[in-house]
Amino acid sequence: MKIPFLSRGAERPARHVSASILRSSFERRAVLIAGIQGGIGVLLALRLGYLAVAENEKYRLQSESNRVNLTLIPPRRGWILDRNGAPLASNRADFRVDVIPERLSDPEGTIDQLGELLALAPTRIADIKHKLASARGFQPVEVASGLDYEKFAALSVRLPDLPGVVPQRGFSRFYPTASSVGHLIGYVGPASAEEYEKDPNPLLYTPGFKIGKDGLEKQFEKQLRGIPGARRVEVTAGGRIVRDLETREDVQGKAVRLTIDGPLQDYAARRIGLESGSVVVMDCNTGDLLCMASMPSFDPNSFSDGIGGVEYAMLREDERVPLRNKVLKGLYPPGSTVKPMVSMALMEAGIDPEETVFCGGGLRVGNRVFGCWNRRGHGQVNMAKAIYQSCDVYFYAMAQRIGMDPIAAMARRCGLGQEFPLPVISQFYGTVPDPAWKLKKWGREWQTFDTVNATIGQGYMLANPLQLAVMAARLATGHHVMPRLTLDTRPKGFDTIDFPAEQVAYVRKAMSDVVNGPGTAGRARLPIEGVQMAGKTGTAQVVSLSISNGKSGPWKYRDHGLFIFFAPYDNPRYAGAVVIEHGGGSGAAYPIARDVMTFMFDPAKGLEALRALEQQWGGTAQQRLEARYAAYAAARGATIIRPPRREQEIFDRVEAEARLAAAQSEAIAEQVIAPRPEANPAASPQPGEPAPVAEATAAAPSPSPPAEGNR
Amino acid sequence: MSTLAARGIVPEPIARQPWEMLIPLLLLTGFGGLVLYSAGGGAMMPFALPHFLRFAVFAVMAGVIAALSRPTIDMLTYPAYLAVLLMLLAVEIVGAVGGGSQRWLEVGPIRIQPSELMKPAVVLAVARFYAMLPAGMIGTWRSVVPAGVLIALPIGLVLMQPDLGTSVAIAFGGVVVMFLAGLPLWWFLLAGGAAVAAAPLLYFFALHDYQRARVTTFLDPESDPLGAGYHIAQSKIAIGSGGIFGKGFNNGTQSHLDYLPEPHTDFVFATMAEEWGLVGGLFVLAMYALILRWGWKVAGEAQDRFSALLAAGATATIFFYIAINLLMVMGMAPAKGIPLPWMSHGGSSMMTNMICIGLLMMVNRWNREAPRRGLVT
Repeated sequence: MKIPFLSRGAERPARHVSASILRSSFERRAVLIAGIQGGIGVLLALRLGYLAVAENEKYRLQSESNRVNLTLIPPRRGWILDRNGAPLASNRADFRVDVIPERLSDPEGTIDQLGELLALAPTRIADIKHKLASARGFQPVEVASGLDYEKFAALSVRLPDLPGVVPQRGFSRFYPTASSVGHLIGYVGPASAEEYEKDPNPLLYTPGFKIGKDGLEKQFEKQLRGIPGARRVEVTAGGRIVRDLETREDVQGKAVRLTIDGPLQDYAARRIGLESGSVVVMDCNTGDLLCMASMPSFDPNSFSDGIGGVEYAMLREDERVPLRNKVLKGLYPPGSTVKPMVSMALMEAGIDPEETVFCGGGLRVGNRVFGCWNRRGHGQVNMAKAIYQSCDVYFYAMAQRIGMDPIAAMARRCGLGQEFPLPVISQFYGTVPDPAWKLKKWGREWQTFDTVNATIGQGYMLANPLQLAVMAARLATGHHVMPRLTLDTRPKGFDTIDFPAEQVAYVRKAMSDVVNGPGTAGRARLPIEGVQMAGKTGTAQVVSLSISNGKSGPWKYRDHGLFIFFAPYDNPRYAGAVVIEHGGGSGAAYPIARDVMTFMFDPAKGLEALRALEQQWGGTAQQRLEARYAAYAAARGATIIRPPRREQEIFDRVEAEARLAAAQSEAIAEQVIAPRPEANPAASPQPGEPAPVAEATAAAPSPSPPAEGNR
Repeated sequence: MSTLAARGIVPEPIARQPWEMLIPLLLLTGFGGLVLYSAGGGAMMPFALPHFLRFAVFAVMAGVIAALSRPTIDMLTYPAYLAVLLMLLAVEIVGAVGGGSQRWLEVGPIRIQPSELMKPAVVLAVARFYAMLPAGMIGTWRSVVPAGVLIALPIGLVLMQPDLGTSVAIAFGGVVVMFLAGLPLWWFLLAGGAAVAAAPLLYFFALHDYQRARVTTFLDPESDPLGAGYHIAQSKIAIGSGGIFGKGFNNGTQSHLDYLPEPHTDFVFATMAEEWGLVGGLFVLAMYALILRWGWKVAGEAQDRFSALLAAGATATIFFYIAINLLMVMGMAPAKGIPLPWMSHGGSSMMTNMICIGLLMMVNRWNREAPRRGLVT
């Protein structure tokens, strides 16, 4: 094929170029170029048609997804209610500000500017910067919540200069009783990177959305979460919202109804006062847990916007471990509180309760002498007296007769060493030692002195306050009461009878005498006409006698004070346990039980007693926590340890320390325990101890002073 | 038109204007103003009104150019070329003194971009050179070296700015004139082959990073969806989402919500296509086709070698703008700052294109006034 304008080059040397040839060449080439141009025009038209018609759908979608921005509205979290429907955790409408790290152009500068606008504390600013440095790009970081409208408005007008800052109207979690429910309810917080990896739901990194981090908030996450709403808005490329297109409301999460009695929980938490300890109260007829107070605690309200560095440092340095839920993760030697349980084991083994043992102040076992707390001896002691006077020698002697295995079986039947089917993140189940266990764990044979130590709740025996409360309930009712925490579960265990009625009645009477008779806790008597509380004191030694006498000296070497109780003694409705860590003896525990039970039957009277105490202590638990925080922040603001980036690390650390603390008493498990004086006879209050409630009323029935006086 | 003129309804001076080009041009400019009105957020300011004003000003300028006589042009061609060349040099000097690169000269309130003026100036100068060259010398080195220098000098200066797009545009105008002047075809094939061979070298050693990024993005748009590829992707979304009839005047979301970059300059066609759809796009293409066809007709009817080459060169220069811009907005050429004639907001390109239109009208007038074909030179 010969193309005309090609000829020129090929034949050049042979031809003479003339103007007319040039003219025709111009015309041919002009046609060529115009043709090429026309071709490009056709190509452009085809391309245009292809884009606009064939690919129209694809591009229309892309244009829509450009234009329309779907924002999730964090669902309002379901409430957590107490047994009467009062909220323990609710939501509060508020104004909040988050930042999205990947959209910040100048993180440091923006945070400083926000700090100035919102008047944030320097420690808070430092916390935010720390969090920002370790946050993933898309994870929102909370700057502030609960803002007032003026600040919120002031920030909103400056938004165009603050890319990556997201102010919002929303809801934040609110715990009306604050630290009283900290351990029980847990708290909420923004989802971590790990949580997002486990559940890659875009809701998790929606600003303002929080998930349960601990306690019931975490346990009931699914139920509480609800369904997010959505808002479709038209946005510019820069992210500015032009208008709202459509809004779908969120669906609030379902409420969780607990068996907890809110006011009682709050009362018990406050009543623990300056001590470190826990109070558990159960309903004997249903197994309902009415109160699971553990103090000192943290304020879940302030944890919700992230655990601040100063706050974390303060809680961490406190030797009373405010981060540990002592109801479930505090393990203590139960001390003499096991004696009613051991009595049940003795009766089951066929020992006549009226059979007496002579207590001369001690008993030789092998080549060691195990003392009774009463060095002068109790004289002839039957089972009832052994309980109300807490005679150790009686149990040393009787337990040796039946051996450890029936006692261990009975301990388990009463709930010690057991895990309960409760909706909690974790519970420590402690130790009920027996020969098989010791061989397996320690590789040593069970010795008689092990039995002796175990019968007075020392040695290897460990229990948590919840187990002690369950034990109290089972002893009081004779039924295999199972605790429950939510109202939608069925009461369990009431069809199983643990003990014959006459044995139950016997132990009830003996335990009543502990308080109302010639027992060791006379001052625990309820100041309420017609309601008598039964109980059993316990004092648990934590370190060897050579280190501390258990009453004075460094706090962490002092004895634990324990008390299990139920009331009214003849027809038990409530049962429970109080454990005061290093309280120096049971004298620290039973006044609390007394006041809690008083509140149960007569709230006004209970509160009156508490107010007097709180005046001495310097405010309610929450007020003291806040005051301490302010003082601590002022003193230590500059040099603080950073909280671990992951909450999980905090939990792991707290749990590891709890296990370590529980192992403390194992060190003295094989030593001779010198049982501590239990008695605090009714008529003779010890100096230095907080004045009991309504002393006059308590003294009125004129209790018979026990033989062994002021110990 | 001529029938109307013959009946004396329309005065002869109006009737003899090249309406076959002017009507499409006015429609196009008006349509462009409409699109700019929308791109300006539904207002005459800041884009639409200046667009119309510029068109009016440059239309007067085109009219003045059209009125120039052949001897005047002969006399002015080389001095004009030289003047623009000096201005380009001045840009370099001012830029060097000012410590940064720039592309314009400021004279009072007016900002002149000499590289834009150079496009018609090169066409004029090269056309003039070949018109002067004896026919017998075509094919010898003397037929290519001086023209090559005429083209290479400004390209060198513009490349130093650096402005790759404009240098290619200048080269395109000049080379088209050389091609039409009848230089041996195999020279062009050889040069084209060499250019293809040199492209990789040029890519790696001569281009700036941002220019390289444009090429990479063009070859593989997915490589950088949020950076350089973003522009093209958003442009295609705008055009594609318009469909056949578009989203309606003032209803373009891509342009109004800032997804489309430069909705009033480089990507004005995408802004238009989003709101007016395929129909609007075909209308624009048709208007350009009419204008260019008229340009080639003027070139074909030219009475002498100079006018023919000049008309063809001017048409080619206009075409270059249109083609590169449209190829770019439809994702078939690398993103480059070349505006769309008579639609984009911006004075420089409007000026260049109106100069080309003025030159074409001038040749058209010469054709009309000397209907007899003679051989000048």
